[in-house]
Amino acid sequence: MQTPIATTRSATGIPTGRLAIWWLVASEIVIFGGLLLSYVMHRIGHPEWAIAQAHTHTFVGAFNTFVLLTASFTAVKGHEAAEKGDGKRAAKFLYLTMGGACLFILVKSLEWTSEILEGFTIQANGFWAFYYTAAGLHALHVIAGAIVIFFVARDAAKGRNLQRVEYVGIYWHFVDIIWIFLFPLLYIAK
Amino acid sequence: MAQASAATAHAHEHGSHEHKELHGILKYLWSTDHKVIAMQYLFTGMFMAMVGGFMAYVFRMQLAFPGKSVPLFGYVSPGRYNALITAHGSIMIFWVAMPVLIAAFGNYLIPLMIGADDMVFPRLNRLSYQVFLLSVIVLLSSLFVKGGGFGGGWPAYPPLSANAKYNLTPLGSSMWLVAVALEFAAFLMGGINFITTLMNARAPGMKAYDIPMMPWMVVIASIMFMLSVGPLIAGAIMLFFDQNLGTGFYDPSRGGDPILWQHLFWFFGHPEVYVVLLPAVGTVLEIITTFARKKLFGYKTLLYTAAATAVLSFFVWAHHQFIAGIDPRMANIFTVTTMIISIPIAEMCFVIIATLYGGDIRLSTPMLWALAFMAEFLIGGCTGIFLGASGADIYLHETYFVLAHFHYTFFPIAIIGTFAAFTYWFPKMFGKMLNETLGKIHFWGTIIPFNLIFIPLFILGLDGQQRRIYDFQNFPELRHLQPIRILATISLVVMLLFQFVFFFNVIRAWLKGPKAPKNPWQSNTLEWTAESPPPHGNWPPDRMPKVYRGPYEYNHPDREDDYWPQNIPPEPEPAPSPAR
Amino acid sequence: MLHGLIPEASSFAGNIDWLIFLVLVLVGFWFIVAEGVFFWLIFRFRSRPGHKGQYLTGHEKHVERWIKIPHALVLICDVIIIIGAVHVWYIVKMHLPPADYTVRVTGQQWDWVFQEPGADGKLDTKDDIYTTDSLHVEVNKTYHFLLESRDVIHDFSVPVFRLKQDAIPGRTITGWFRPTETGTFDIQCAKLCGIGHGVMVGSMVVETPAQHAAWVAKNTPTSAQ
Repeated sequence: MQTPIATTRSATGIPTGRLAIWWLVASEIVIFGGLLLSYVMHRIGHPEWAIAQAHTHTFVGAFNTFVLLTASFTAVKGHEAAEKGDGKRAAKFLYLTMGGACLFILVKSLEWTSEILEGFTIQANGFWAFYYTAAGLHALHVIAGAIVIFFVARDAAKGRNLQRVEYVGIYWHFVDIIWIFLFPLLYIAK
Repeated sequence: MAQASAATAHAHEHGSHEHKELHGILKYLWSTDHKVIAMQYLFTGMFMAMVGGFMAYVFRMQLAFPGKSVPLFGYVSPGRYNALITAHGSIMIFWVAMPVLIAAFGNYLIPLMIGADDMVFPRLNRLSYQVFLLSVIVLLSSLFVKGGGFGGGWPAYPPLSANAKYNLTPLGSSMWLVAVALEFAAFLMGGINFITTLMNARAPGMKAYDIPMMPWMVVIASIMFMLSVGPLIAGAIMLFFDQNLGTGFYDPSRGGDPILWQHLFWFFGHPEVYVVLLPAVGTVLEIITTFARKKLFGYKTLLYTAAATAVLSFFVWAHHQFIAGIDPRMANIFTVTTMIISIPIAEMCFVIIATLYGGDIRLSTPMLWALAFMAEFLIGGCTGIFLGASGADIYLHETYFVLAHFHYTFFPIAIIGTFAAFTYWFPKMFGKMLNETLGKIHFWGTIIPFNLIFIPLFILGLDGQQRRIYDFQNFPELRHLQPIRILATISLVVMLLFQFVFFFNVIRAWLKGPKAPKNPWQSNTLEWTAESPPPHGNWPPDRMPKVYRGPYEYNHPDREDDYWPQNIPPEPEPAPSPAR
Repeated sequence: MLHGLIPEASSFAGNIDWLIFLVLVLVGFWFIVAEGVFFWLIFRFRSRPGHKGQYLTGHEKHVERWIKIPHALVLICDVIIIIGAVHVWYIVKMHLPPADYTVRVTGQQWDWVFQEPGADGKLDTKDDIYTTDSLHVEVNKTYHFLLESRDVIHDFSVPVFRLKQDAIPGRTITGWFRPTETGTFDIQCAKLCGIGHGVMVGSMVVETPAQHAAWVAKNTPTSAQ
């Protein structure tokens, strides 16, 4: 498919890809916002959920937070390299971000396995239902992000479509910020 | 797919901008041309309108002649009745109004009206249709699975919708939910395309206030959709888990709350009605300015009131829940916000009516549809006020008054709006002219029966007749109203029969109608400068349009013609005469 | 006006009908004006040989005031309607007058279950009367109803009373009514509750004090006598 003339225009002066990513992020914020607001409203009405919440693995959650933040940092470094036109260097940093995403998912899988074996399934009670749903939706976004980062990195290493390094970075920061809200709400707030 | 890559590789090698369009079945599988995708949405939407219309025929026959076998269908059991009304509502909103007004006409017109050769993300556009088609397949399949289709009403309130022991349709309920979710995904993808294309891909010279109303309205609607659907997606995930994973998000015995769903649903549900309204209004504005030969009265006012309506629509949702068990004090707040939203909408109506003042009005078929939209939607808008007044809603909630109100808004939007757009842009899309006489017969044969269906329903509602009941003979106070129900049903059958006139007109025109010129209506907007139908790429790459003025310069004092297309350069200043 | 179609049989039915009439008058006026102007303009400015359209930018004072003035008047009408609506809403849904009797109304798939006080006039005592499908009440007495659901959302609706309230599982919602006419009237379920939604009919039987006392005596459970 030949790129249409439309894709090359920029009446606002902002690159089209960046506009698209920001609109995507806006719609995702409303999805997670709705879910988290529902959780908060329920949590306020159910103080006894603190008992269930005590069984989350706060240290593991904190470690995963660190992993995501580091992955965001490498995404920033990748963007920096892409701005300078260095596709190979940008790709290296993006692969690191992807690695961080994979580590996050691995740690989460182990964490959930141990919780399920302890009997804290999604049906166990209202808290666990929200826990798995919210963190699960977030994890799906991490996986999707990792896949897209892979393809963008592969292209960037060949010097192609370097502008996408920034866009995938914006998406990744959004995934990070959602976790920054999720972590205290699910793991900490008593 | 290989064919497509070879074609593009070939084009790349030659360094030129010629696109090779795909042929045959590959075109309909993989084409990324916005016009092909628009047609696919249009035909799918119109097919679903036939499905939804047939369902209305079946359940209205059951209501008029309870317990009798319905011709072309069979007996309508209570479970089937509920499945039919649920599917009818869901289909008309999600699989007719949205795909036709937004995805079909939005896709077709936005690039053409802003002077672009396609959407900015053609492959995302293709993916959106494929996801949409999947949602259609899932929805229609859900009607034939074991247990039958979901019968909990299109708002799908839990606990009924969350638990198969209550709804008796375990598979149907989940499939319905998945179909809706897929449709949302398709429109989120589409929305990103419409918004970024309008923002960035405009022809040189087209400033924000030179953009015609149709693209503006589709984009404002897309923004509203994208910002309102999120909480419902979250709610739908929770409902799906309740249905299939044994969670209790909406189960009070497990600490859940059924009212949470209602808030999440209507927070989307109310903006959604304006999401479908605005593109219909956009269509009507294009038609009225063209056939009244008049500049839009207050372009900026209209834009600001549309934006105001869009914003305010996020603050009225709980008027659907006045007697749902919410805190009664909240009801007062929502009465106030609901009354306030009537103001920008009234303003929009006034501006449109004022545009007719001083016009040179030609009553072509598209113009008849556009004018009918205004006349009928006014009834819908006015009857909404009864429902927004909380005290009155105590009586009118869940009665046929509500049903008649929203059919006086939705029918103008989804059906009148579609026929208006279709008859207006048919010459451009298909390169042929429709027959005006057949068009007018179809118009009157639709509008008159439409009113004969729904005015009686207002009376039924005021009589206390409630919704979603398969046989009113069970209610002693409502039995005597049967003649009214029969009248409504017969009117529906007449209206449906007149649609054959439309199909005959379309097929005959497409096969052997007169060839359409580029600009049969002598309109100003850019789509009328392309061929009828436009080729792949819309205009030759070296002759993409440039814009020099706004879209509604009709009967301008400096022009002899009564229209002034956007792309015609201004006349050069006469050379100064030599010094005297 | 509504009482021409359906009787007013409760103390607040008149309030609600009055509000509907108020909206009808205000909205009806604007509707007729708008449609009238609309059709008149189509006729007045129809295309004819030699007729040309005008070029108006939207800032012309003589046309603008035809928008500005109606705009302001519509706003005033909205305020009047808001005041009327809040007033009626307060009477019906926010203010709970003292009860003469309390009844419990339970919706379930697909029946109404009513618990009425027996001869002692108090609910939740041994002489309470349980019925399905029909609720017997005394005319001109104020009733509180405790509305509950056993399963899904139902809605307790009595059109002649202009009464309507959703029944939510997991909650007890309190409302009130005061019947003003004797007779037997429909009780509907007004929220889709499954395949039996259309058969959830009940009867509201409004009786004179004598009739009601006789009914209570006849239906008091033997265990309480």
